[in-house]
Amino acid sequence: MRRVSIAKLEQKANEIRQDLIETLVEAGSGHSAGPLGMADIFTALYFCVLKHDPKRPRWPERDRLILSNGHIVPVRYVAMAHAGYFPKKELKTFRKIHSNLEGHPSFKKIPALETSSGPLGEGLSQACGFALALRMQGRPFSPYVWCLTSDGEHDEGMTWEAAMLAAKYRLSNLTVVVDRNNIQIDGYTEDIMPLEPLREKYEAFGWRVLEMNGHDMEEIISTLEESKAIQEAPVCIIANTIPGKGVKFMEHRYEWHGVPPGKGPEDVVPRAEQVQEALRELRALGEKIEAVDHD
Amino acid sequence: MQYYLAKNYLDEKKVEWNSMRDGAGRGIAELGECKKNMVVLGADTIESSRAKEFADKFPERFVQVGVAEQNLIGVAAGLAYEGMVPYVVTFAAFLVGRPWEPIRSTVAYPENHVVLVSSHAGLATGPDGPTHQMTEDITLMRCLPGFTVLCPADAEQARRAVKAAYDIKGPVYIRNAREATPVFTTEQTPFEVGKAQVLRQGKDMTVIGHGYMVYWLLQIAEDLKNKISLEVVNLHTVKPLDEKTILVSAKKTGRVFTAEDHNVVGGMGSAVAEFLSQNHPVPMKLHGVYDVFAESGSVKDLWKKYKLDKEGTKKALLEFLADKT
Repeated sequence: MRRVSIAKLEQKANEIRQDLIETLVEAGSGHSAGPLGMADIFTALYFCVLKHDPKRPRWPERDRLILSNGHIVPVRYVAMAHAGYFPKKELKTFRKIHSNLEGHPSFKKIPALETSSGPLGEGLSQACGFALALRMQGRPFSPYVWCLTSDGEHDEGMTWEAAMLAAKYRLSNLTVVVDRNNIQIDGYTEDIMPLEPLREKYEAFGWRVLEMNGHDMEEIISTLEESKAIQEAPVCIIANTIPGKGVKFMEHRYEWHGVPPGKGPEDVVPRAEQVQEALRELRALGEKIEAVDHD
Repeated sequence: MQYYLAKNYLDEKKVEWNSMRDGAGRGIAELGECKKNMVVLGADTIESSRAKEFADKFPERFVQVGVAEQNLIGVAAGLAYEGMVPYVVTFAAFLVGRPWEPIRSTVAYPENHVVLVSSHAGLATGPDGPTHQMTEDITLMRCLPGFTVLCPADAEQARRAVKAAYDIKGPVYIRNAREATPVFTTEQTPFEVGKAQVLRQGKDMTVIGHGYMVYWLLQIAEDLKNKISLEVVNLHTVKPLDEKTILVSAKKTGRVFTAEDHNVVGGMGSAVAEFLSQNHPVPMKLHGVYDVFAESGSVKDLWKKYKLDKEGTKKALLEFLADKT
């Protein structure tokens, strides 16, 4: 049963990647690498781990999912549409005038996003505020607070200010997931501003640190669940991911951080063919997952 | 309108002197008694910014963030998203200067009900010098959509402003000075957010102030009463601007003088000028800190050198009066 459901989640992640490509192409701008790399984690959250109800987006008992690196929001929009928060056709309005789907998340337009975000390094502070508030309101264990961050935004001092505060107040109802994809806009993280040893940094700040392969659905789910069980400290999960995951010509390349298919580097696939090639690869991967599922 | 000002308030020796930060701190502690979803956040300045009374009384609802003002704002925003009402208390320069972009993104844009309560605004900060004398805070806060900007005139009004902010349901900035200044309003003095107070009727010139400057303007109006009839307006709410009161007064007097312990660039005077220049242009003089960084010194010496005391303000007003161009 578990194996079947894992395969179904993998299939869902693949569908989300395909809709993501189409959403970005329709918008004509937006980020490709980060959202593709986080598709598996968003799928695990919205279709397995999160306590939530798309029909009641402000249900008081829902888990709080705070997206700090707001620029990867297209993958969240697609995952939310698949989960039933709004019709999939609304994805075509992403980044366009009069749309609820802002280029970076707007809480006022979609309260289910929990926060507005985009300016980097600010999410963890806000997640700490959520966790403190829930504790003050006598709900120290549930709802649970999840904060998704990028590795690049750990350049921001504010992230580390928040890391100190979370440890000081022992916010055990909080887990931060770091999308460790090793790229940021101008290049590789270790060239722009080295973050390593990231695990030891969080540990030195008083956190418990877990690591996971951000593309192994079973490992993602078990690590996220494990983090909730840790009570003595806030938990940091370093999610090792591949930017552009699922589309070979985008994988591992920082040049794909902030551009949609059709507007990226042309050394491997010409721009005119990038959209079709990305979708072809993802469909082929989908068929492979299905074949394994029916083995 | 009856304002019930303190008895003999124009006599500096008889009037009580107290600081706005003291009044604000008292208001915060009083509010904490009845508002159980109120939280206070401090940034290693709780004694001097007067958050300590609340922190001592309600430790379970006090968050000490340390010297980390960006995080201070972010945590407050998170608390507000989750239904608490955070009051964030520290020096003006570090409360709104250091974390301005987090305020814009996490408080103003999502319209979070976060109340920023400063101390150490203006040259009335004294010997700490220009790094700590915040004279750009009104400019920074009033340009953010949806923000309410309150500049109480004395300690009692600061206490009232802090309490009124609980009901605003959106982002609020309350500006308070460190120095003790005359307390001329009383518990009976009405205080309504967004409603300017015409404390003295006049017909020749409108003089508008906020903070302790209102007291000097009241004294100046009395001193000059045989020479000119001044209408004194306490503009304790710089945003939203009480356009009606300003327009009625400007139409009556035909001339407006503004005074504030704040940079003349973008401050209260600018707000009044923006409005009047588009609706009823009249000759105006904006008195305040003339786009400079000041220096260390006692508050009295700073007031004197930078013309923010009663005499300096009166001189600027008389020069404006003499200028017939």
